Amino acid sequence: MSKKSAVPFRGTKEQEAKLYEVIEKYRNIDGPLMPVLQGAQEIYGYLPIEVQKIISEELDISLEHIYGVVTFYAQFSLAPKGEYQIAVCLGTACYVKGSGEILDKIKEIIGVDVGECSPDGKFSLDATRCIGACGLAPVMTINDEVFGRLTVGEIPDILAKYMN
Amino acid sequence: MNMVNLKINNIDVSVPAGSTILQAAKSANIEIPTLCYMKEINEIGACRICVVEVKGARSLVASCVYPVNEGMEVFTSTPRVLKARRMTLELLLSNHNRKCLSCIRSGSCELQALCNEYGVDNDGKYDGAKTESEIDDSAAHMYRDNSKCILCRRCVAVCEKNQAVSVIGANERGFATHVGSPFEALLDETSCVSCGQCIVNCPTGALSEKDSTAKVWEALSDDSKHVIVQTAPAVRAAIAEEFGNPIGTDGEGKMVAALRRLGFDGVYDTDIAADLTIIEEANELVERIQNGGKLPMITSCSPGWIKFCEYNFPDLLDNLSTCKSPQQMFGALAKTWYADKMGIDPKDIYVVSVMPCTAKKFEIGREDEDAAGVPDVDAVITTRELARMIKRAGINFNGLADEEFDMPLGSSTGAGVIFGATGGVMEAALRTAVETITGKELGNFEFTEVRGMEGIKEASYEVGGLNVKVAVASGLANAKELMKKVQKGEADYQFIEIMACPGGCVNGGGQPIQPASVRNFDDVRGKRAAVLYNIDKNMPLRKSHDNPVLKEAYAEYFGKPGSHKAHKAFHTTYVKRSRFGTL
Repeated sequence: MSKKSAVPFRGTKEQEAKLYEVIEKYRNIDGPLMPVLQGAQEIYGYLPIEVQKIISEELDISLEHIYGVVTFYAQFSLAPKGEYQIAVCLGTACYVKGSGEILDKIKEIIGVDVGECSPDGKFSLDATRCIGACGLAPVMTINDEVFGRLTVGEIPDILAKYMN
Repeated sequence: MNMVNLKINNIDVSVPAGSTILQAAKSANIEIPTLCYMKEINEIGACRICVVEVKGARSLVASCVYPVNEGMEVFTSTPRVLKARRMTLELLLSNHNRKCLSCIRSGSCELQALCNEYGVDNDGKYDGAKTESEIDDSAAHMYRDNSKCILCRRCVAVCEKNQAVSVIGANERGFATHVGSPFEALLDETSCVSCGQCIVNCPTGALSEKDSTAKVWEALSDDSKHVIVQTAPAVRAAIAEEFGNPIGTDGEGKMVAALRRLGFDGVYDTDIAADLTIIEEANELVERIQNGGKLPMITSCSPGWIKFCEYNFPDLLDNLSTCKSPQQMFGALAKTWYADKMGIDPKDIYVVSVMPCTAKKFEIGREDEDAAGVPDVDAVITTRELARMIKRAGINFNGLADEEFDMPLGSSTGAGVIFGATGGVMEAALRTAVETITGKELGNFEFTEVRGMEGIKEASYEVGGLNVKVAVASGLANAKELMKKVQKGEADYQFIEIMACPGGCVNGGGQPIQPASVRNFDDVRGKRAAVLYNIDKNMPLRKSHDNPVLKEAYAEYFGKPGSHKAHKAFHTTYVKRSRFGTL
């Protein structure tokens, strides 16, 4: 199944100009792909096909080679971050307290998988390692707000506040 | 040469410095199994099947990449080595679709052969989760079934390094790692050129041609159809391998006999269409040279190359000869002149091609390949598929006496048959073009400078006061290099021959599959090419324009080469495509 982001690309002319600057900077070094991808992700927040195509043409590296690198490293993302970035902690303490079920419930409600963003750009979902709030397990964050001692039953109400 | 002395299994071995343990062992007649290793293009030491023990080394080493050194002592089949190889095989099987009975590669699968050799059975010792996958059957020419993939990356290496196509690679990491295309696109959404080199380099049944034999069986049993078959030059140079004969066996006579027994109404030869291609193409070249047309002119016989050019060099499409490929010319000739002569409605003629090529399966569906208003060619089967049909029909190939092609479309010259090897189209074209330009008969018409297996070849000839410079490339990475020169105006050739597959059609994606253990050490393509040059040498007629049937066809039907009628039947058009396919 295609992994092209369902969120329409909203790159600006300024971002593109910056991307070309990054490409120029690294074009002639050995192994330019990693620094260019890192720079591109800094500019756009993620690495959609539109950005990977520009890099492919400019560096004469195949799109597949680039996609292979992007999907190898967890640090690179194919999906943009949503207006509301949901992160569910899957650290040991949270996990044994049931954060797995919480994650499943969120997926069900917002209809996106881990690492993805909803087509309207509203929600993105991440599963994180321990965020150091084990006393509040299970924990999730939405942008800067922290929600602790969660139960699956609370999730619909919490998300409903962000839905409108 | 600097030699290194070592001992392998206590036997003294002396090999050139820089050799790997694998090569040194081979020279001492010691076989070490490999899976991921492909000479020069996939030396990644990843699969661990080739591990051996080196005295003094802490762990087992991968012999395919480990260089020899003076005084080294190597052991290739100690209990420790055998145990490690067996475990590797068991682990590979744990994530492998073990539906071997009906697998297309059963009997030619490198994994199966090794499991058999090492006594690894199917009991699923390490069974657990399996990497999920779906079959990709989107492309016209092939299937990809990742449940049978062992991640050796030979397909990835050949696609990127030999072919510069690079539409498949390893996506994701760890247990999720799989061979796929960018953004998990289907193959037909990418700029895949259908060359099939991935298939012939796959050790298992993960990659296979789309089987068209069912269509052919059906046509053969339909009495309302006049079913005729054409066989490409390179098929005869390899098909005997499918029946246990050595590489380099000429299988033409037995192949013809087998096709006749399968029930075709006419057993014909693509060679006549190769001759026809040369007559049209040489005429086009002479015209371009004399009238200031677009140069260099580039051959258009190889549909993998055509697609590659459309994707990657859309600005050079005017350089391509407008001639259809021989396969399509055959269909066009059969459904126009031949249909007329035989008094058969072209709609009732069913043309089957036997090709060394998977891209031919794509080619028959291209636009502007329908001289009589119906597709020029109706079905394409590869050399492998024909062998499968012969076996299924219970025909004892090796026991057959040689037979000859039917007339009229079985008439050919030596120039037609060498089309199957890199440089062959160029040589055939020169034989005709030089005589056309000078108006004199050639004494020596063997243009040996353009023969051989090098990736890029160049030559120049003095022709009637003209200095004609030519170049030949096979393997699309070589073609890309040459085209970049043409784009920059750095190449002053008049004529270029390109074949998509390294070595030409003899090494095509539809040819019999030889395991890596053979391909890495034997000159498979050279031996197959030698079959074709040998046939050429023994032909009474060796120049395309001397083909008597084509002389008749022009006189009766098409007029002159390049005439309006010939143009309509034998020439085609190309489309600009994006280097990213439809992604």
